[in-house]
Amino acid sequence: MQTTGANETELIARILGGEKELFHDLIRPYERMAYLTVYSIVKNETEAEDGAQEAVISAYRHLASFRGEAKFSTWLTTIAINEGRKRLRKARGAAEDSIDELAEEKEGDYTPAPLADWREIPLEALERKELREALRVAVAELPDIYREVFTLRDLEELNIVETAQALGITTGAVKVRLHRARILLQKRLVPFLKTMAPARRSFFGRAR
Amino acid sequence: MKLDCKHVWEHISEYIDNSVDAKLREDIERHLEHCEICSAILDSTRNILILTADDRTFELPVGYSERLHERLAKELASPEQDSDDK
Repeated sequence: MQTTGANETELIARILGGEKELFHDLIRPYERMAYLTVYSIVKNETEAEDGAQEAVISAYRHLASFRGEAKFSTWLTTIAINEGRKRLRKARGAAEDSIDELAEEKEGDYTPAPLADWREIPLEALERKELREALRVAVAELPDIYREVFTLRDLEELNIVETAQALGITTGAVKVRLHRARILLQKRLVPFLKTMAPARRSFFGRAR
Repeated sequence: MKLDCKHVWEHISEYIDNSVDAKLREDIERHLEHCEICSAILDSTRNILILTADDRTFELPVGYSERLHERLAKELASPEQDSDDK
C-alpha cells in the first residue's frame, strides 16, 4: 500500500502546473486497484475495464479537487466505486437499488468450517490453479456488500480506515463485513481443500 | 478467561488483522495451543488471504494497461474541458 508521500504530492502539483504527461506515472501504481475495484462491483471484465478507464479519466479531470485529506489511492478508489455503482445501476435498473442494504440485516451462519487435516495439505497445494479458480468463483458469489469490503481490504490491501472512507461506511461496519466475508470464503473453500488433500497423499503413496 | 471455540471464531478476523487487545490475544493464543480445530481454521483462513493477495489469483485482462494509457494519452492531448463535468 503506497502512501501519498512527498513524491506523489510533488507529482500532483507538477501535473496541475501543466506537466500533464506525468499523470501516466501517477496512475501507474494504482491501475490494478482501479480495475479490481470496479470489477468487484460489476463482475464483468469488459464493464470493469471500461469503468476503470472512466474512473482514471475522471480522476485526471478532477485532480485539482484532490486536497490530500485522504491518500490519493483512497480518493481514486472512491471514484472507481462510484463508477462501478453507476454501471451496476444502469445494468440492473434502479428498482433493485436497495437490495444491498437488506443484506446487512440478514442473519446468516458465519461459523467457519472445521477441517481436521488442513496441516496435511502441502503448501504447494496453494500453487494449484484449481484453487485460484475456486477462490475467484467464491469471491464473485459473495453478497455485494461483503465482496466490496473484502476486495478493498484483502485484495487491494487498504487498511480498515481507508476502506471505510472509500465506501462511506463506519470502521465497525468494515470489520463486521470483512469478518463475514472471510468466514464465508473459508467455508466455501474447505470442501475443496479436503478433496485436494487425499489426492496428494495417494499420489505420494504411489510414488514411493 | 478460558475461551471456547465459538468465541475464538468470532474474533478470528480481528485476530488475523492484529486488532484485538493484548488480553484477548493472549487468551486466543492459549486456546490455539491446545485446539487443533481452531488452529486449522485460522491457518486455512490465513492461507485464503495469502492466495487472495497473490497477483496471479485475480489477473487483469491482457492489454489492459496499454489500452488504459492509450485512452489517457488521448485525454491528455485534448484541450481542457473542465466545464463538462462540473
